[in-house]
Amino acid sequence: MCAMASLSDNLNSPSPTSQIQILNINWFQKQPHGNDEVSLTMNITADLQSLFTWNTKQVFVFVAAEYETPKNSLNQVSLWDAIIPTKEHANFWIQTANKYRFVDQGSNLRGKEFNLTLHWHVMPKTGKMFADKIVMSGYRLPEEYR
Amino acid sequence: MGWIGDTVDSIKSIQIRQLLTQAVSLGMIVTSALIIWKALMCITGSESPVVVVLSGSMEPGFKRGDILFLHMSKDPIRAGEIVVFNIDGREIPIVHRVIKVHERQDTGEVEVLTKGDNNYGDDRLLYAQGQLWLQRHHIMGRAVGFLPYVGWVTIIMTEKPIIKYILIGALGLLVITSKD
Repeated sequence: MCAMASLSDNLNSPSPTSQIQILNINWFQKQPHGNDEVSLTMNITADLQSLFTWNTKQVFVFVAAEYETPKNSLNQVSLWDAIIPTKEHANFWIQTANKYRFVDQGSNLRGKEFNLTLHWHVMPKTGKMFADKIVMSGYRLPEEYR
Repeated sequence: MGWIGDTVDSIKSIQIRQLLTQAVSLGMIVTSALIIWKALMCITGSESPVVVVLSGSMEPGFKRGDILFLHMSKDPIRAGEIVVFNIDGREIPIVHRVIKVHERQDTGEVEVLTKGDNNYGDDRLLYAQGQLWLQRHHIMGRAVGFLPYVGWVTIIMTEKPIIKYILIGALGLLVITSKD
């Protein structure tokens, strides 16, 4: 039954869309422990309605900042997440500061270019879970702390 | 008088043979279950291919009593994945979502932070004393699918062991009294 439910999910071809704007860099500092940290406010819009099928229990959505540093080939830091319980809630707009701390391992963030990715994780009533993301590039942190 | 002795003897021998047959059948059932379990371990590449959700920290996605199917591939751990991990010194594995990933250029090793969807804060409080990140060797597998409610059987049998004994007793009785 589990397998059949998942099979029907595979037939769905979703087409989610999203846009993220950084409205403001609230502050940007090097913390006492030596790591850079930034607080920012974002405008997140997304339409994830096409992800919902009869077998969808909820969609977990999160926005992560992704960037590279000399020490780390990949850094992924989740900035915000939410649970979308129904299709009706899946077309949304939210203005928010980052829910989780945007902290680097080190102090590499000045002038750093980064991507913002919107990830979704579809959790079924039963069966296989699937996930994907939209990558938005072209964001850049300030050259100086503030 | 001799035939009474003969009848008793023949009854005894039938009973012994039946008993042996049933013992072998029981043994076969247990062995098949073990083979299936080991095969699952091989196929999914994980030490524990199926786990039962024990807490409400991932609600409403996973509830207590749900079963999660795990898979562990060599693919790198990425943000958003739901992983099952062990903390040194804790025996019960935890199933939470990865919210931060830092992967090293030189070694490819990764440091990861997790959080339960339904928890307010991240898992640093759960990690061992002084531990800030999880590494790959802490992680047993990724959750790839799930089945609701089915895990309640395991939870009840662990928390109320008397039920386990009753079940085993009943199963034993069933095997012994079946005509086969």
